[in-house]
Amino acid sequence: MAATIWVIGEMNGDGSLARMSAETATLGRSLASAGGSDVAGIVVAADPVAAATELARYLPRVVSIADGEAAGHVWASIAAERVAALIGSDPATVVLVGAGPDGRDVAGALSALTRLGVLVNATGVTWADGGPSVEMSVFGGKLITTSGFTAKGGIITLRPNTIAAELAGTVGSIEAIVPTGDLVLPKIAILDQVTEAGAAAPIEEARVIVSGGRGVGGAAGFELVALVAAALSGAVGATRAAVDAGWIPYAQQIGQTGKIVKPELYLALGISGAIQHKVGMQTAGTIVAINRDPDAPIAEFADLIVVGDLFEVVPALLLALQARAG
Amino acid sequence: MHIVVLTKPVPDPAAAAERLGPDHRLDRAASPAVVNANDEYALEAALKLIEVAGGEITLLSMAPTGGADTMRKALAMGATRGVQVSDRVLAGSDTRSTVTVLAAALGDLAYDLVLAGADTSDGGGGVVPAGVAALLRLPYLSNAARIEPDAASGRVTVRRITPTGYDVIEAPMPALIVCTQALGEPRYPSLKGIMAARSKEIVVRSLADLGTDSASVGGAVASTAVMETRRPPARGATTVVRGSAHEGAAAIVDFLVARRII
Repeated sequence: MAATIWVIGEMNGDGSLARMSAETATLGRSLASAGGSDVAGIVVAADPVAAATELARYLPRVVSIADGEAAGHVWASIAAERVAALIGSDPATVVLVGAGPDGRDVAGALSALTRLGVLVNATGVTWADGGPSVEMSVFGGKLITTSGFTAKGGIITLRPNTIAAELAGTVGSIEAIVPTGDLVLPKIAILDQVTEAGAAAPIEEARVIVSGGRGVGGAAGFELVALVAAALSGAVGATRAAVDAGWIPYAQQIGQTGKIVKPELYLALGISGAIQHKVGMQTAGTIVAINRDPDAPIAEFADLIVVGDLFEVVPALLLALQARAG
Repeated sequence: MHIVVLTKPVPDPAAAAERLGPDHRLDRAASPAVVNANDEYALEAALKLIEVAGGEITLLSMAPTGGADTMRKALAMGATRGVQVSDRVLAGSDTRSTVTVLAAALGDLAYDLVLAGADTSDGGGGVVPAGVAALLRLPYLSNAARIEPDAASGRVTVRRITPTGYDVIEAPMPALIVCTQALGEPRYPSLKGIMAARSKEIVVRSLADLGTDSASVGGAVASTAVMETRRPPARGATTVVRGSAHEGAAAIVDFLVARRII
């Protein structure tokens, strides 16, 4: 019997499995068990072995596609095409992928190639009436919708930190495939890869985010933000104002025109909490703010707000965290 | 150089009045429409490119008939003309239909580049541009922080933002590029631009004009359906701490410990 739920494995820069793919795989397993379906993973890479091996700790079967074309080329369209060729045309097929920039690109291309529908940025997925039931947050978080696929199958992109990754009881099998057939989608050559100071992992995956806004005052202030992030093993985020001021790269921006994140803890330093920022972080498990203005909008949706000067409270917080770490 | 910019009218997030109607579709009467914010970055990038290379910008939108008013603002920023696909059949379309329709409309246009915004503020997930590129077999370059077309070689180079920096990627034109805010702040329309926009052409096209089978797209054949909506759970009350920096820091640590975060 062909698998009807597929999980697309994504990789970090070093070829290891992206954390969000472990979460997506865990979801795939629970949907398969609820729906009585098969579930399998797919990894497409020039060297898929490391990621496929890791994905097999979460799934009963992983198809590992070693595609030389993936070396030196942008991953998403190649992955979409190999996945489309593998999964066939059954409209009840379900495909799960992470809701990061690459997952979004894969989902869009895969939908065009397979005619499967897409539900994006899922914040929860269950199995109901013979197919996935997908919860999404729309209109900047003002409304939660529950949607389904009319053909029962479709592509779902899952927000990171929606569910906790859990290893399967047994390690799955790995089926190595060397793809045949020319690619019909144009390959995009990568001429150069440039590393900038900033995040080492996608900020969407971070469990803790320490974010700075206009109140941080400058690039030097962001060094303080980074220290708190390090003390909490978190990532550094920012508001658009801080990015526009050139204090921190755009990749760290959270909000309407930046990233949407759902960490366990969001610590907002000198952030007023304007709607454009709020839509990017309001689903965080816990929101803590340090702000001089007790009437700032963030006071309305933070769980805890410390009213004070962040340049005084943050050093005290660092000392308190250090004391606790012993 | 001819650039097509994909735009979508969305309910104004600043008005905060978005809601769904009883059919679970967007209630367009409830909220004023604006050009999707991320699409304005794409338009700004296009305007900068033609300032250097010369050329024209065509806005392309799939929207209800009223969408033309929204397009005027983008025309006032400096786009040359607009093309809007409107058809009653398209109400309730899913992303598949949107992709099919935009690809068909692009088939009638000449272009070197198609630019699109990263996603839409009304809950769209940004999958449409990738779908359009795949359907038309166009090179697809996403997450762009810089765009450098070279007319002589017919190729375009893009800085694609990655979690750790950026990749320099390259493809032949015509190509489809997804733009980000890193390309620069959209300009405000000048008074002259606003006046000029009044007489700019917005071509409204139906599915029949595009040669698209109206049975193949639209709400009737949507692959997805909203079954239920609800308000998000309210967050709990906010604890406000005032006092010395030391007290504030201690309150945060205690709070994080109580919630088992540290």
